Amino acid sequence: MTHAVPEQEVLLEVNDLKVHFPIKRGVVIDRTIGYVYAVDGVDLAIRKGETYGLVGESGCGKSTLGRAILRLTELTNGNVVFDGTDVAGLKGEALRKARRRMQMVFQDPMSSLDPRQSVESILTEGMKAHGLAKDKEATAKRLRELLAAVGLPESSLRKYPHEFSGGQRQRIGIARALAVEPDLIVADEPVSALDVSVQAQVVNLLEDLQEKLGLTYLVIAHDLAVVRHISDRIGVMYLGSLVEEADADALYENPLHPYTRALLSAIPVPDPTVEDNREQILLAGDLPSPARPPSGCRFHTRCPWKQQSLCDTDRPQLREIGAGHRVACHYAEDIRDGRIKPHEVEVELVGAGELNPDVGGLPDVGSAAEIL
Amino acid sequence: MALLEVRDLKVVFQRRGEKPFTAVDEVSFDVEPGQTVGLVGESGCGKSVTSLAIMRLLAKRGNQVSGSVSFEGTDLLRLSDKEMRDRRGRDLGMVFQDPLSSLNPVIPIGLQITEVLERHRGMSRKVASVEAAELLDKVGIPDPARRLSEYPHQLSGGMRQRALIAIALACRPRLLIADEPTTALDVTIQAQILALLRELVQDTGTALIMITHDLGVVAGLCDQVNVLYGGKIVERAERHALFAEPRHPYTHGLLASIPRLDAGRGEKLIPIRGSVADNIPWDGGCAFAPRCPNALGVCREVSPQLTPDRGGLLRCHNPVIPAVAARGGAR
Repeated sequence: MTHAVPEQEVLLEVNDLKVHFPIKRGVVIDRTIGYVYAVDGVDLAIRKGETYGLVGESGCGKSTLGRAILRLTELTNGNVVFDGTDVAGLKGEALRKARRRMQMVFQDPMSSLDPRQSVESILTEGMKAHGLAKDKEATAKRLRELLAAVGLPESSLRKYPHEFSGGQRQRIGIARALAVEPDLIVADEPVSALDVSVQAQVVNLLEDLQEKLGLTYLVIAHDLAVVRHISDRIGVMYLGSLVEEADADALYENPLHPYTRALLSAIPVPDPTVEDNREQILLAGDLPSPARPPSGCRFHTRCPWKQQSLCDTDRPQLREIGAGHRVACHYAEDIRDGRIKPHEVEVELVGAGELNPDVGGLPDVGSAAEIL
Repeated sequence: MALLEVRDLKVVFQRRGEKPFTAVDEVSFDVEPGQTVGLVGESGCGKSVTSLAIMRLLAKRGNQVSGSVSFEGTDLLRLSDKEMRDRRGRDLGMVFQDPLSSLNPVIPIGLQITEVLERHRGMSRKVASVEAAELLDKVGIPDPARRLSEYPHQLSGGMRQRALIAIALACRPRLLIADEPTTALDVTIQAQILALLRELVQDTGTALIMITHDLGVVAGLCDQVNVLYGGKIVERAERHALFAEPRHPYTHGLLASIPRLDAGRGEKLIPIRGSVADNIPWDGGCAFAPRCPNALGVCREVSPQLTPDRGGLLRCHNPVIPAVAARGGAR
């Protein structure tokens, strides 16, 4: 996936996508007392055959964005144009048909595979639903192809998910997604549940499949090292919106948004010499509650480069600085050229109470992150 | 004499009607005051069981622990339950992976800290709450006086982990065992917690045993690293030596299989083939042999011993030669 993707046609375009989850209260009558702004205005475009990586910390809305693109979560606003059709407006049969071309690989292969279904049944279910399994012989051949593609023995067909190791289960999950010949695969944390020695096997498999089948990937992960390895372009999310988007190498060599810089500096590198000498940007405090996002720039409460004007009043939009490098920061150029120096940040408390001032304690921040 | 001397630690799980399973075997290491020792390995390698055995937190039923764990000359494994309770929290502190399930959900944070202070340092409730607030402040929790009366669910994940560290540090233990303390946290929060641990070791001279699967965490924190596989130490080295010239094919394979932020992009990762399920028992050779690119015939016949190797220790019949490793792999 190192080859530069030429200006190819766009496969997926997302415009001003918003997903707001209502916070309800009341026993008999549900009153909506607020919203969790899980995804709040995201624009992005993914070209055919490329891998787009989406990174961010838990609760930033990256998984919700992935699910919204596949219409697994209802959108509040915006549209998702897949190969010329607006998927966001589709209903019923049309939506079902569209789904064949967009598949998902989930994080935890144990809970995303039915424990009482054999591998054969898991793989053919989708094919049957989309009318791809009419001829028995052709189906058997297709199953063998699928297993070979993901590197599992043919004997796997009669087995059940619990008979496999974590890495093998993830391969079944990938084979399941491939069974209906999709164009786009959304992989939500495809390797984070696996042991390190097995992670590389799955990462390599995803790369090989892309080369062979010309797939387009949207890879969602919190591990920037993994994302950088497999992605052509990367978008960094913070509290429901994209703060920076660039080619994988450009993002690493020249991060412009303060959050991206902090995120990159926080990732431990398995090399003691590097670890001893590098300077870390330690972010103060925690992610604010997505139910009460800060005014202006969402990152200003933790930003070491925060300025007196604009930051806490105006929400910065993604704007292009340099070729294909988009960043949502008022002072990106000044930070890049060193005209602004980082300063100490007062830690602001992020308590559970902030999520929902009326209720006081519950639900806590942790469970809000789980909702996302 | 080292602060902690673990010798030939062996833990066997014995369930009725099942074959006994040796989770940890022949584990020996020392921890000096102010030193950070890492135990690294994948799930199932025995790193957590080792720490639980040292703290004597394994259930007595169904577990056989043998060997010795000597802390300042006293063998912890020979102490009575009551004597061990006095040690735990006072001399040895522990921080667990998941802060939410390690804290009592129905007791305020403050009380969970003062409890330790009253028990081990004989403080009155009043003095203890002042000390508790100071502890919370020390681990970087803002507005500590107010936090004392809050419950674990009201804190964020990073704050909970800080509270847990505060409890572990309450009696200024001389040894702190941290079992995957940052695995449940986001990277930016992980960086905060690691910086906190590093600072504590430097300022107080507390010895730290760091248990993790993340080689990146090890690289930045540990003085000495023990790599575990299948319940045994397969390699021990100073961290610079370990990362520069990994000798065991497993360590080498681990390092080659993780994508690195500072390396060139596009190089293929070199995975370790198979999974832990492929292991063979140690008494019939080397447990790693079925997955090992360097495996020889002898590896499936003779169990390798831990022998001195370039200033560290190594358990391997056919180790990686550094010059070969530099040219692209042990295979």
